Amino acid sequence: MNLITRGFHGRRGGDPARIPPGQYEAHDFPVLSVGPTPRVDTDDWAFTVTTETGTAHSWTWDEFLGLAQERPHVDIHCVTRWSKLDTDWVGVSVDTLLADVESTADYAVAHSYGGYTTNLPLEDLTDGQAWIVHTFDGEPLAAEHGGPARLLVPHLYFWKSAKWVKGLTLTPGDEPGFWEQAGYHDYGDPWREQRYRGD
Amino acid sequence: MPSWTTATLEADRWETPTARTLVLSVPGWAGHRPGQHVDVQLRAEDGYTAERSYSIASASGPDRLELTVQLAPGGEVSPYLVQEFRPGDRVRVRGPLGGWFVWRTADPDPVVLVGGGSGVVPLASMVRERRRTGGRALFRILYSLRSPDDRYYAGDLGAASDPGVDVFLAYTRSAPPGSVRGAKRLSVADLNTHGFPAEFTPLCYVCGPTGFVETVADGLIALGHDPRRIRTERYGSGGGR
Ligand SMILES: Cc1cc2nc3c(=O)[nH]c(=O)nc-3n(C[C@H](O)[C@H](O)[C@H](O)COP(=O)(O)OP(=O)(O)OC[C@H]3O[C@@H](n4cnc5c(N)ncnc54)[C@H](O)[C@@H]3O)c2cc1C
Repeated sequence: MNLITRGFHGRRGGDPARIPPGQYEAHDFPVLSVGPTPRVDTDDWAFTVTTETGTAHSWTWDEFLGLAQERPHVDIHCVTRWSKLDTDWVGVSVDTLLADVESTADYAVAHSYGGYTTNLPLEDLTDGQAWIVHTFDGEPLAAEHGGPARLLVPHLYFWKSAKWVKGLTLTPGDEPGFWEQAGYHDYGDPWREQRYRGD
Repeated sequence: MPSWTTATLEADRWETPTARTLVLSVPGWAGHRPGQHVDVQLRAEDGYTAERSYSIASASGPDRLELTVQLAPGGEVSPYLVQEFRPGDRVRVRGPLGGWFVWRTADPDPVVLVGGGSGVVPLASMVRERRRTGGRALFRILYSLRSPDDRYYAGDLGAASDPGVDVFLAYTRSAPPGSVRGAKRLSVADLNTHGFPAEFTPLCYVCGPTGFVETVADGLIALGHDPRRIRTERYGSGGGR
């Protein structure tokens, strides 16, 4: 269906190789959350990887900062239609966190302070595709953007990059998270416009 | 998930000099839950499209819905919808979308609604749906707006038509002559005075520009409200509060 909106010309200029369909380039940093922003003190913070057998690996804030740090420079795409190009982060690769973890799981659920969850295939979190980040544009990550630390999975819509993340649970099967149960797509590929369930 | 469907502008109402309510005819539309939004898609002659989300302002009903769009100067979509879109013109919409920022008409709990600028739109849908269904849940609305000229739904959103619904107007830039409170940002004291106490465990809905939502949600938590009872919708960095 090719309905034309009379009198609409639009603002072009986005690079179609970098701005996925239906997205526009934002220069600020919008916020999407469904509730208040949790405030988590780094003294109380811990990150835990739990395997399908229940084995847990945990890091305190200082231990986490002592791991190898990487500096992803990536484009991010939010389901509410903004994309932000050339963002700079500092954090720990999920590969580093999983290095000593024994697991045959195919999926992961990211858990956050405040109770939110999101699910991802484990293969989308490994091989240099995902990080737990604590710094954005040279500054400690602000609470409304998920600080002290959030997951960063730039090749999926940004709700998959769980804010206020506190752990990953590895699971044999796919278990829909909070957003996915609320009607968002299970996988969330911005280049295929997988915004809502059924897209 | 709902697919795209054609919406035709049937009528319009100016809420303020920069905000227009669009009455859209959408054949086959099956209604919505108050608080939900639609995605609106505009298409240029060469196939270029732009999409934005807009909350539904009307009560639930078949075949038509109302949106209220605030002009964001220099924006891509809202200037078109506010200034250019004429009766008979068509856009595409899909929805209703959003499964969390919704009020269930059967829920008897008291409700605190806090809107900043155009963030009052989905709150209006909740009040209108309450009216349509004869709901009794007690509502307290705190509506933050720049000045009396920026008020949406004057005469429709208020105690006169809705017993049990209180509306408090918090002017941020200029208040009507004689106002005791004057003009200032919505404060924790305002939330305390004009909301429900945390002991009543009300459901709280907060909607508007991101910074506004952050401040209000933090204020509600400071007053002892359970974070799990606070639902938020953030519109972006833009304005109108
Ligand atoms: C769930 C949801 C519901 C919403 N409901 C409503 C509603 O009921 N009513 C309503 O009015 N809005 C609502 N919004 C906001 C709406 O979706 C749009 O964000 C808003 O209308 C602005 O869109 P725009 O295309 O006009 O502006 P955009 O083009 O997106 O720009 C937004 C602002 O940024 C500025 N800007 C954009 N690009 C640039 C640039 N390159 N350089 C400098 N400045 C720039 C513009 O000047 C403008 O002020 C809602 C948003 C969400 C997420």
